[in-house]
Amino acid sequence: MDFNWDIFWQYLLQPSDVYLYGLWLTCVISVSAMVLGCALGLAAALMRLSTNPLLQYPVRFYVWLMRGTPLLVQIVFLYTALAAGGIFRFEDIDLGWFILPGNIQAAIIALGLNEGAYMAEIIRAGIGAVDKGQYEASRSLGMTFGKLMRRIVLPQAFRVIVPPIGNEFNVMLKNTTLVSVIGVQELLLSTQMVTSATFRVFELYLVVAIYFLLLTTLWGFFQRWLEVRFSQSAPPASSRMFGRQAMKLLRGR
Amino acid sequence: MTSLNDEFVIEASGIHKSFGELQILKGISLQVRRGEVVVLIGASGSGKTTFIRCINLLEDIQAGRIRVNGQAMGYRERPDGSLVRDTERNIARQRRDIGMVFQRFNLFPHMTALENIIEAPIQVLGVSRAAALEDARRLLGRVGLTDKADHYPAQLSGGQQQRVAIARALAMKPQAMLFDEPTSALDPETVGEVLQVMKELAEEGMTMVVVTHEMGFAREVADRVVVLDQGELIEQGPPEQIFSQPQHPRTRAFLSRVL
Ligand SMILES: Nc1ncnc2c1ncn2[C@@H]1O[C@H](COP(=O)(O)OP(=O)(O)OP(=O)(O)O)[C@@H](O)[C@H]1O
Ligand SMILES: [Mg+2]
Repeated sequence: MDFNWDIFWQYLLQPSDVYLYGLWLTCVISVSAMVLGCALGLAAALMRLSTNPLLQYPVRFYVWLMRGTPLLVQIVFLYTALAAGGIFRFEDIDLGWFILPGNIQAAIIALGLNEGAYMAEIIRAGIGAVDKGQYEASRSLGMTFGKLMRRIVLPQAFRVIVPPIGNEFNVMLKNTTLVSVIGVQELLLSTQMVTSATFRVFELYLVVAIYFLLLTTLWGFFQRWLEVRFSQSAPPASSRMFGRQAMKLLRGR
Repeated sequence: MTSLNDEFVIEASGIHKSFGELQILKGISLQVRRGEVVVLIGASGSGKTTFIRCINLLEDIQAGRIRVNGQAMGYRERPDGSLVRDTERNIARQRRDIGMVFQRFNLFPHMTALENIIEAPIQVLGVSRAAALEDARRLLGRVGLTDKADHYPAQLSGGQQQRVAIARALAMKPQAMLFDEPTSALDPETVGEVLQVMKELAEEGMTMVVVTHEMGFAREVADRVVVLDQGELIEQGPPEQIFSQPQHPRTRAFLSRVL
């Protein structure tokens, strides 16, 4: 077997700047896309709950589209195909202290748009799990839709939503590798760049795999902590209010 | 000094309600005076729940008018007399005047008893937190739960939850209170404590509409008993009269089953 332990240890323990930059970019893109996805998902879920077809149908279309096409295709479509078709080109944005490249913008937007569709379903299911009596009690106290959502329904839905959101972020971390195809130099593309210079493919891909394992494992610990925290701040019985079956349904993907 | 509008807190006239093809309320009219306690009785499925939910606009009605404190609920009258559905915001504002207590309590499970009570005064009425807390503590005392302020609903018995729910509704300083079978989801031993709170409320002059199967409560506390049957108001009168000399055969049939 052709395996150079020195290279392996060197890249694992003393990663070069290229690697560190890739790691940083992976994290930044994941978090930004996740935030965008949550915001879009919340808006979409609320629109989807509306009885107004003008609000409902665009969301159905959006979810159908995002879940029905490969993420990789969506990324390439948004960045490369739209530009090639002369429809829209992502330009670098000068933010003064640094320049945000167009492909990173496209990466965040594509991942966020995709995530929004999944989040919409998760949040919708979470809202749907809240007892109808909660709406009636809130309404009878004179709350408007916005207040009852913000104060009563969403906090209860949140408890159901947190575990699947954690899983979504885990998926997101790994999905960032896809944006390497539009030249975003995240972990995978950084690795590719290093391998093309060193030809140590086996060692370096092993290193990148370990990096991802590390990221997702760390996230897993954080996620568990979050879940414990959320079930602790809750009254004992009501955290079980939605039952295992509902939780399974919500996690399912 | 009392005008007609002042005298009646709730005026419902000709309320029609259907679920799809099914007609549930067939033109019910009910006027409730300030300070009056009206008890609604009737067989299961007669439309009692539906009717009091209509008063609060938790259900849309197909025809009829509801006035609370002389104010049309849910509809604005155009100068020409026609009705238009009111905005969500206005309907929410009108609901503040009517407290509602549900069979299944519907406390907010993610909030303590105290938080349940201060929520709407702060969020809806814009009362300061300090004032809301003071009021909430007083109300908890009134329903006998001072020591349960920091308990979550799941940590309270059914009777305690229902008393918190009553305090929560009272915190909005409503003009009238609607109760939908407030004791039928309770263990027998906790029914009494809730009825006691309601009785005290009635004695303090609260205007109340109560759906209940507790005939003892009706007899003792009601100023007027109203009998619904298949979506129609078939009989009403003081409790003595309804319970000892019911006029309508279906009232008699119903009472013979429950008494
Ligand atoms: N959301 C709904 N959709 C369809 N039908 C309904 C709905 N809510 C109530 N009904 C029907 O309306 C009728 C009256 O119901 P309602 O709950 O008002 O009766 P009730 O007098 O309160 O009975 P109970 O004593 O059992 O509580 C019933 O036949 C019921 O099946
Ligand atoms: Mg009922």
